[in-house]
Parts: sequence; structure tokens; C-alpha cells
Amino acid sequence: MLTAEIRVTLKEGVLDPQGTTLNRSLENIGYKGLKEVRMGKLIQLTLDLNDRAQAKELVEELCLKVLTNPVIEQYQFTIGEGK
Amino acid sequence: MKFGVITFPGSNCDYDCHQAVEEGLGLKPVRIWHRETDLQGCDCIILPGGFSYGDYLRTGAIARFSPVMQKVKEHAERGGLVIGICNGFQILLESGLLPGAMMVNRGLQFVCQTVNLSVERNDLAFTNKLEKKQVIRIPIAHKEGNYYLDQRSLKELEDNHQVVFRYCDQNGRISDAENPNGSQNNIAGIVNQKGNVLGMMPHPERAMEALLGSDQGRLIFDSIKAHLQKVG
Repeated sequence: MLTAEIRVTLKEGVLDPQGTTLNRSLENIGYKGLKEVRMGKLIQLTLDLNDRAQAKELVEELCLKVLTNPVIEQYQFTIGEGK
Repeated sequence: MKFGVITFPGSNCDYDCHQAVEEGLGLKPVRIWHRETDLQGCDCIILPGGFSYGDYLRTGAIARFSPVMQKVKEHAERGGLVIGICNGFQILLESGLLPGAMMVNRGLQFVCQTVNLSVERNDLAFTNKLEKKQVIRIPIAHKEGNYYLDQRSLKELEDNHQVVFRYCDQNGRISDAENPNGSQNNIAGIVNQKGNVLGMMPHPERAMEALLGSDQGRLIFDSIKAHLQKVG
């Protein structure tokens, strides 16, 4: 059984309202040394597949067509072994 | 002349749109479930507001895969009218019928208020009853209405005059102070290049009665009716 971990982040240059607000909040409660905060999503899939090439193909397609919006987001993923 | 209102699981403004067409225009709209693949000869398709499929992944991201959306695309390609309101607008963006994407509002809050809109175009099927630069009051109610497009595409959108409505003050002045969600260039509504697909965050179907705050949403529904009457 294989797993996939997909990291979805906002593209460079896209303003991140959540990250900006978190940055401000962290400063407000006294943390120093922050320059920028950007937030993203981590999507974990457990796959009913054993073939890595097949898994990669499926995850790539899911990322491109459904899980991310290419106008604002980019993604990276890793395929791993499930327990 | 036939209007169709599509219902996705999670749509919650479909009845309001239905009511707007029925009572506002005196026409009997068709209800279309998202699994259907027959638009029943509708001239104008309304994608209503709400939270299609819960909007858990991204707003409108799953709704665009509904069987009916392929037919809506074909309808739009043939030049048929499509108006997406709020979540309907988000679905149009996700399905690529309109350019851009919606981000969470810059204040991170769900914003529910009546806003002033500057009318940027009155030569469209959706706006022929409005005056250019007229200020209309229409409610918004959304958390993801922060319109984003990369700089080059945004310039293209502006150069092609695809912006139809902008958030403004009561005198029509467009400024950041009047921007409720952080949208680029105060964008509240856009059309495709052909001018037959409109997406807007404000809810004209909620502005049909002066008693309830504003009846200026009627102008948009009246425009569509007038246009369809003209083209026969």
C-alpha cells in the first residue's frame, strides 16, 4: 500500500491574507524575528495501489485537475510506503 | 424566453433566484438539478450562491465536475447567457469559463453587507437597463470574494473592458476604503470576452424589493429579459 503527501502552497507573488494576519498576530503576542508567514495545505492520501508509477500518475492528475487551482496555487508531492 | 436555475448540493440561493425570475420578471424558470444533462432549451442559466459540496476543498472546485457543468460550458460556447452569482461566480472561475481565482477575504471574515457598485459597462445583455457609472446598492455575503489574477492577465482583463462592477462609495468613487474583501482593482463582477458569461459576487436576487433594502437587483434581471426579447 502506498501513501501520498501533497503540499499545496500559494504561488510566489500571490498575497496570503491568512499568513499576513497570522504574522501580525504572532508579533502582537510578542514574537520577534518574523519576516513573512505564508500558509498552505497538506493533503495526505492513502492509496489502494502498489505500483509507484501508477500512484504518481494518479496523484499528478488529482493535483492538476482537482486538488489545486493553478491560478493561485502550486504543489509538490511525495509517494511513500503505507503501514 | 426561458431561465434555468441550477441547484448543486449546498446551493442556498437557488430559491431566491427562482423567485427573482418568477415574481420579478413574471416568467416561470426551470429548476435543474446538478446531475441533469439537459438544459431544456434555456436561454439564460443562473448558477446561484451557496456552498456547493460544502466548498471544503476550494469554493466551486467540486461543483465544476457536476454533469450539468459540461452542458453549461457548451451553452456558453454557443453564446448562451450564463450568470454566476457568488458561489456561482466561484464555480465559473474554477471551471475556466471566467479568468481568475477567489482568495479568502483579506479581513478573513465572512462579509455580509449591502455595498455600492459602480457599473462599468452597460452594453451587455446583463446591464442594458443600467447607466454607465451608475451606483447601485446590492448585498454581498461571502468569505471568499477576494478576486485574484496575475498582473499580466489582470491588465488584459482591464484592457478588454471585462470588468462590469466595482466596489465604490455612494458617489461612485472607487477606493481601497470601499473594498470589502481585498479584490484586485475593487472587482465585484466580470464578463468573458464574448460578453455572455457574467460572474458577480453581489446578490442581485436579494435586491428585488425596496422594502427589503434595495430593488436595484431588478435592473440586472430586467436587462436580461430585455436583451432576450430583443434577440427573440
